[in-house]
Amino acid sequence: MDLSSIPGSGGYTLNSDTGSGIKHLTQHTHQIITHTLTVRMDTASEASSAQERPKWDNKVQYLLTCIGFAVGLGNVWRFPYLCQIYGGGAFLIPYLIALVFEGLPLLYLELAIGQSLRKGSIGVWHSISPLLGGVGVASMFLSFLVGLFYNMILAWVLWYFFHSFEEPLPWSRCPVNDNNTGYVEECVLSTPVNYYWYRQTLNISPDIEQSGSLQWWLVLCLASAWSIVYICFIRGIETIGKAVYVTATFPYLVLTIFIVRALTLPGATDGLRYLFTPDWTLLMDPQVWLDAATQIFFSLSLAFGGLIAFSSYNPKKNNCERDAVLVGCINSATSLYASIPIFAILGFKATSNFNSCVDGNILDLTNAFDIADKNITSENYQNWLTYLNSSDPDKVSSLNLKHCDLQNFLDQSASGTGLAFIVFTEAVTEMPGSQVWAVLFFVMLFSLGLSSMFGNLEGVLTPLLDLHMVPKWMPKELFTGLICVLSFLVALIFTLGSGNYWLEIFNSYVGSVPLLVIAFFEIIGVVCFYGMKQFSDDIEHMTGRRPNLYWRVCWMGISPLMLLVVLVAYVAVQVQKHPTYPTWDPKYENFPESEVKPYSDWVFAICVLLSSVPVLSIPIVAVYRLIRRQTRAQTGSGYPNPYSNRAFAPDAQTESFKAL
Amino acid sequence: MLTAVLLLILLPPMVAQDLCKDSTDGFKVRLSIKTALGDNAYDWNKSEMFLFQSTLAFAMRRHTEQDTYNIANILVCNNTPRVSFVFVVTSPDDPTKLIPKEQVEEAVRKSKHRINSAFMLSDMTLEFVGIPPTLVAPITYDTPPWLIVFGVVIGAVAVGILALLMSTVSKRRRAKDKDAGFAEEDDGRVKENGSALSSLGGKDGVYNQAFSNDDRFTQL
Repeated sequence: MDLSSIPGSGGYTLNSDTGSGIKHLTQHTHQIITHTLTVRMDTASEASSAQERPKWDNKVQYLLTCIGFAVGLGNVWRFPYLCQIYGGGAFLIPYLIALVFEGLPLLYLELAIGQSLRKGSIGVWHSISPLLGGVGVASMFLSFLVGLFYNMILAWVLWYFFHSFEEPLPWSRCPVNDNNTGYVEECVLSTPVNYYWYRQTLNISPDIEQSGSLQWWLVLCLASAWSIVYICFIRGIETIGKAVYVTATFPYLVLTIFIVRALTLPGATDGLRYLFTPDWTLLMDPQVWLDAATQIFFSLSLAFGGLIAFSSYNPKKNNCERDAVLVGCINSATSLYASIPIFAILGFKATSNFNSCVDGNILDLTNAFDIADKNITSENYQNWLTYLNSSDPDKVSSLNLKHCDLQNFLDQSASGTGLAFIVFTEAVTEMPGSQVWAVLFFVMLFSLGLSSMFGNLEGVLTPLLDLHMVPKWMPKELFTGLICVLSFLVALIFTLGSGNYWLEIFNSYVGSVPLLVIAFFEIIGVVCFYGMKQFSDDIEHMTGRRPNLYWRVCWMGISPLMLLVVLVAYVAVQVQKHPTYPTWDPKYENFPESEVKPYSDWVFAICVLLSSVPVLSIPIVAVYRLIRRQTRAQTGSGYPNPYSNRAFAPDAQTESFKAL
Repeated sequence: MLTAVLLLILLPPMVAQDLCKDSTDGFKVRLSIKTALGDNAYDWNKSEMFLFQSTLAFAMRRHTEQDTYNIANILVCNNTPRVSFVFVVTSPDDPTKLIPKEQVEEAVRKSKHRINSAFMLSDMTLEFVGIPPTLVAPITYDTPPWLIVFGVVIGAVAVGILALLMSTVSKRRRAKDKDAGFAEEDDGRVKENGSALSSLGGKDGVYNQAFSNDDRFTQL
C-alpha cells in the first residue's frame, strides 16, 4: 500500500485545512495506520489561495484611518459656513439630531458588515444578497469619481503651498503690467487674492463652454498629488497605517496653533460672537434641517465603501460599536473645533477690512480739507464727519465716502474653495509672519484631504482585489500604480481652463444624490435582505452583545425614513430650477461680480448622467441576477449537489452480502 | 526814495508769490509724516521746508545737468497744516519764467527715491499729486522659487516610491528563492510538519502489533 502523499488521488478525503491533510484509509483488513502528513502544495497557489488578508498593525492605526477618512476638507470649510448662515449655535441642534439618528447608525452598520463579512464593498453586498451586488459596484464607481476631483483640490492646495515660501506672498499684491506703468487691470478691479486664484492659479475661462488648454503648472501639481497618494498606498494598509499617524494627527496640531494665534488677533471675538450667536427662528426653515442631514452624511464619508474596506481588515472580534460612536463623535467635535479658528480669523479679516475702509475715508477727508495728518482717527471719525458735513456738505458728498459697516464685512461668508483660497489667504497676508501661517494652513489642508483620499482609493482597490480582477502576474503595487495613473489622466479635465466649473459639477452631482441612494439601499439591504436577526447575531459574535434598542429602532425605522425624506427633498429642491453656475469673466460689465450663467444642454445632460450612471448599476445587477435565477430554475439545477461524494458510492460487495 | 527801495526789496517775493499761486505749472505736495513715522515724527517747520527746496533743486540739477539751480528757484506757497503745499520751479536764467510741468515731473520721477529718503518717507506718504509713483519692477527669478519647492517634494516622493518598490521586489525575490530551495529538497519525500508523530519516522508509519494479520491462528 503506497501511502505516498500525492494530492488529488482518488478515494481519499482530505480535510479542507490547508497545510495538513489527514488521510483516513479504511481497509478491509484490520490494519489501520494513521499518518499525519503535510500535504505539499505548490507555493504559488498556496500564496494566492491561503494569502492572509492584510491586517492593521494595531487598533490605533485603524481608528486613525477611519477618523482621517471622515475628517476631511468639509469639516473645515463647509461646517463653519453652515453654522454661520443658519443661525450660529442654533444650527447645532439639527446637526446633532442628524448625527444621532442618521450618522451614527449608518456608520455602525458599515463598520459592522465590513468587519463581519471581511470583504470590500462589492464582496460584502454580494454576500448579503446577490441581487444587491450593484450597491457595491455603485460604491466603487462613486469612490473613483470622487477621488478624481478630490485630488484636484489637493493639487490646488499644493500649488498654494509651493508659493507660500515666497516673500512677499504672491497673492498679497497685484502684479505690475507689462510696461511698468500700473497694475494689471483685472487685478485692480477685483482684489489681489481673487486675481491670484482665478487668473494665476486656475487661469479660468469665461464659461464652461470654452475649455481653454491644459495649464501646465496645474498638471505638475496634480502629478505630485497623485504621486504622494501612490507612495502612501504602495503596500496597501501597511503604508497607509504608517502615513495616518501623521496625516490624521497633524491637522489637530495646526488647528490648535491657529486657535491660539487667532484668539489673540484683533476682531477675533467679533467673529466668534457672530458665529455662535444663535438665531432660533431659522430652525423653522426646512432647508436648515435638510442641510444638516446632508452635511452629517457627507461629512462621515458614508456609502463610499471605504469604511467597509477599512473595517474588513480588522480582527473578527473587535468592538465596532465603540469604534463607530468614537469616529462619529470625533468627526463632529473636529468640525466644531475647526470652526473656532476659522471664525476668529474671519472676524479678524472683517475687522481689518472695516479698518481699511474707515482709513480710506479718513484719508479722503484729510486730503480734501487739508486737516493735519492723524488728527482724524477711527475713534473721532464720526465727530469729524458730522462737523465737516455741517460746515461744507457739498464737498463731503463729492468725496463719495464709502459706507463702512462691520456687520457687512462679517456677512461676507464663504465656503469651499472660496473660503480656503480667497478669504483665508487674504486674512493670512495681514497676520505678522504670513509665510509661516500660510505654510501651516496649506499643509493642514493637504493632510486633511490626503487622509480622505485614502478612503476613496481604498473603496476602489479593495473590491477589485477581492474579486480577483487583478491578473495573477500583476503585483499589487503595479495595479495600484495603474489605477493612480488612470485617475491622473482622467482628472486632467480639471486642469483645463474650465476645470473649476467641471469640478463644481462633479462636486454637486456626483458627491450628493448617488451617495444618498446608495446609503438608502445599504440600510434596506441589511435590514430586509440580510435580516436583523442574522445581523444582530453577527454583532453579538463580534462585540459580545446584541445591538440595543436604540440601534435597532434607528436601523429599522428612523434612519431609512430620514434618508428617504432627505433624498426626496434634495432632489425636489434641485429640480425646481434650471441649474446655473457663477463664472469669472473679466469682460463682464459688472466685473468683479460673477456672472451667473445657465448650464447649456449638453453640460446639463452630463450632470444628469453623472448623478444617475453610478446608481444605475444597482437595478442593472439586480435585474441581471433575477433573470439568471429564473433561467436556472427553468433549465434544472445547474449547481452540483455539494453533498455527493463519490467515495461513498454504494459498494457492490456489500450489496451482494446483503442479498445473502 | 524810501518807497522805491522798499518796493524793490519787496517786489521779488510778491512776484514770486504770484508766480506760485497763479501758475498751472505747479505741483501739490502732500506729506503724511505722522502716518509714516508714528512717534518718531518730526515737526514740519521752515528748516524742513528748506530741506525740501534743496532736494528739489538737487533733482532739477540732476535731471537737467545744469549746476545753476538754487533754492531760490523753488517757490513754495499754499502751506496748510495737513502738511501740503504747492511749489513751482523758476528758471535759473530768468526768475520770472517757470519751468514747464513735464520737465519738473521727469526730474521728480528720476530722483523720487532720493527725495523720499531725505525725509524718511515713502511713495505713499510723500505724494506729488499728479505724478504717479514709479512702480517697483517685479523681481524676476531665474528659477521661480515654487519650482524649487516642487522639485524637492517630487524628488523625495520619487525616491520613496523607488525605495519601497525595490524593497518589495527584493523581498519577493528572497521569498521565491527560499521556496525554490525547499522545492528542490523534498521532491518525492514527505515533509513532516513537526508534530510529535513525525518522530515515528519513515513514510510507512509504525506497524501496530494489535492489528497484525493473524490469519495463521484462526484458520479452521
